Amino acid sequence: MDDHHHSRRLQRKTIPFILLSVVMMPLGNVLLGKGMKGVGSLQRVTPGDLLPFVERTITSPWLWLAIACFLGFFVSYMLLLTWADYSYVQPASAFSNAIVALLSYLVLHEVVSPKRWAGIAVICLGVFIVGRSSPTSAPAPTATGKA
Amino acid sequence: MLQGILFFFVIVAGTLGELCISRAMKSIGEIHDFRPRSVLQFVGRALQLPWTLAGITLMALGFFSLVGVLSIDEVSFVVPFSALNYVVGALGARFLLRERISGRRLLGIATVVVGVTLVWWSRH
Repeated sequence: MDDHHHSRRLQRKTIPFILLSVVMMPLGNVLLGKGMKGVGSLQRVTPGDLLPFVERTITSPWLWLAIACFLGFFVSYMLLLTWADYSYVQPASAFSNAIVALLSYLVLHEVVSPKRWAGIAVICLGVFIVGRSSPTSAPAPTATGKA
Repeated sequence: MLQGILFFFVIVAGTLGELCISRAMKSIGEIHDFRPRSVLQFVGRALQLPWTLAGITLMALGFFSLVGVLSIDEVSFVVPFSALNYVVGALGARFLLRERISGRRLLGIATVVVGVTLVWWSRH
């Protein structure tokens, strides 16, 4: 098995897990954002109001839905990291940025300015460049079993 | 000021946490069996590793800071801005995990930084 074949095999296995983490993470963020919009700004909370703020936060159903999404993300991410390099996986998950912006606009009705869309597009371009490198820098196993 | 501190924890604690998790996962080795029972066994084994526990603690700190910062700023600003963790992540992968960062990956990460800068400008 040569390096190229090993890399192709890893990429086929890697893509479904990346897709899963790329959907779960933004969904969690948007649900969390929705919950926190209802809770109110931490910036306006005085030390005396901190406990009610925490209480409002942890009783928000949106927070728990978000946590469920983050858990789904986390498990697929951990599985992914058993074979792929962190520096490959992490930027690949930045596609979440585009999905987050889209969901913020559609679900939360946030105003996303052209400059912000441009920035997000550039982030995705960076992700695309990283995604075209090999998933792992570890050498491919050889037929003789020697690394 | 409060936002700055929260963003610092979201980016630095979150990324260090992921690096710890990555280190733990590499010590487990490549997973080939994805049946639910095997995945649960894998999670159980992973949770016994000190690196996993350190990672979860740091990621929890990052998560609570994210909750705080999302109560202040918009989701479409917070999430792209926290893409700065790619820089922290690349440095950590290079120096803590000893991964090799190719020229192409560096170029990609630099492009991400340009995008984050644009998102930052969109705020003013």
